[in-house]
Amino acid sequence: MPEVALRHRFGREGFRLDCAFGAPAVGVTTLFGPSGCGKSTVLSGIAGLLRPQEGRVVLDGAVLLDTASGICVAAERRRCGMVFQDARLFPHLSVAGNLRYGLRRAPRDAAGPGFDEVVALLGIGYLLERRPAGLSGGERQRVALGRALLSRPRILLMDEPLAALDAARRAEVLPFLARLCDAARLPILYVTHALDEVDALADHLVLMDHGRVVAEGPVEALAARSDLALLSGRRDAGVLLPCTVRAAEPGALARLAFAGGELRTTLHPGPPGTRLRVRLRARDVAVAVEEPRGISTSNILAATVAEIRAAGEPSEVFVHLAVGPSLLLARITRDSAERLALRPGLPVWALVKAVTFDHRVARTAAG
Amino acid sequence: MPGADAVSVGLAVEEWQAVRLSLEVASRSVLVSLLPAIAIAWVLARRRFPGRMLLDALVHLPLVVPPVVVGWALLMLFGVQGPIGAPLHAWFGVRLVFTTEGAALATAVMSFPLIVRAVRLGIEHVDPGLEAAARTLGAGPIDRFLTVTLPLMSPGILAGAVTAFAAGLGEFGAVITFASNIPGETQTLPLAIYSATQTPGGEAMAARLALISFVLAMAGLLLAEVIARRMHLLLGRGA
Repeated sequence: MPEVALRHRFGREGFRLDCAFGAPAVGVTTLFGPSGCGKSTVLSGIAGLLRPQEGRVVLDGAVLLDTASGICVAAERRRCGMVFQDARLFPHLSVAGNLRYGLRRAPRDAAGPGFDEVVALLGIGYLLERRPAGLSGGERQRVALGRALLSRPRILLMDEPLAALDAARRAEVLPFLARLCDAARLPILYVTHALDEVDALADHLVLMDHGRVVAEGPVEALAARSDLALLSGRRDAGVLLPCTVRAAEPGALARLAFAGGELRTTLHPGPPGTRLRVRLRARDVAVAVEEPRGISTSNILAATVAEIRAAGEPSEVFVHLAVGPSLLLARITRDSAERLALRPGLPVWALVKAVTFDHRVARTAAG
Repeated sequence: MPGADAVSVGLAVEEWQAVRLSLEVASRSVLVSLLPAIAIAWVLARRRFPGRMLLDALVHLPLVVPPVVVGWALLMLFGVQGPIGAPLHAWFGVRLVFTTEGAALATAVMSFPLIVRAVRLGIEHVDPGLEAAARTLGAGPIDRFLTVTLPLMSPGILAGAVTAFAAGLGEFGAVITFASNIPGETQTLPLAIYSATQTPGGEAMAARLALISFVLAMAGLLLAEVIARRMHLLLGRGA
């Protein structure tokens, strides 16, 4: 299990990084936070491209950095596969030459997927003879992913790999990225400030702000906390529900089962049995104290008020709703909450329109 | 290249000798200065150390000091009595003054700043991010210099070498001061042109030689341009 603790100060009065977190041994840990919060610096510190004033990095049982005992393994011997925002392919080498660069330098006994396997996984077979200059941004990033994976790393470090791409290119690369995350039996640290990438890829979430870790934990658990301003302050704040497709017939609403109930949705995520994660935005959930009748809303779920918490806006509150073992968040006005006399323990109905699930999820939820 | 062509251009033996000697001196000067120039350019471009400004100024000195002074300084250092020349002569029997090797050395010193400048520009075009990427892929310092930095800076090296070669064909002051004007030994093209202009009835010879220097210089510059385009295409930067 990767273990990271870094402290660094840039200049006397400059930016201060002081963070520590763990990550699961397999799966995607997302470092999420606003620009300039120190996420990328953390990756540089792990990769050895930056030497922090104090810190300790342990990967796969190997101590890569321990300033207390004077250990600092050189970046080229850390075996941290890094994917940069700007791909950084070698312009004088072909795509195949780029892919083999790390593979040639990997230790002989290091296990990992083979060249052909990675090429097939990322769908880059048709690019092998080409030069990086002739590739699109999306193709470049796919090659960069393959190059990092083929270096047989102990960990994959991804520094906003989709941030430099336009929406169409992001949509092109994201499924490949998700496949890679599933196929690589490695810890993956993924830096981003885009919530849809968190939804699609993350198993574990580390929230960062001003160089510090604000919270960390499984992504579904953190999404359900309304006290984390970094998440709850967003327009798309809401819970992530792991679901399984129960029925998906053409022309009808798909039925998604989750722990404690079922959702009907206009999404068509795949055949029955497909597992996915759905973001249910708090502002799309309404609350009723009596069972509504004669209403167009497709999803009317019996729930219990668990908690009412202040939202960032003084006129709004987050209502935590327990639906079986699952938790939903509803963002309603303080006025409505008082009018309906909502209080913890009160049985209510949660209303969710079928057309509001606009966050498709590319990756089948791990586990 | 020699023989028949030379006759058809109408060159006398000693004129042909001057052309051949110029080419030889210029190539040897580039060969001598290339490796140290790459090393110094890399240090100047990538390292921060006390005395960097001084090194930078020292390298550029031949550009601003009169060539005769450079020749004189070489004479002082590498002369048979000089602090470097004396041991060279005593231990290895090497004499640089008044020899072709000496002419090449003087030319190398004069064109050194040109190579360093071009190579440095080439290095500054190399994105350090690519070297960082090579590091994370397991490449140590020498490995990544040879496989990433060097190929990417090669257009600069090539440009420097060709420019220095073209300039070296015409080096006059330092060569004549340090190596003198000996036909067949140190009398390169410009020295031969100078001698011709000093000889009564030498105008035609001076004109022929001048034309040859002009053609050689143009050919050198065109070659540099063609190679640079090829390299840029190869490196995927577009021409």
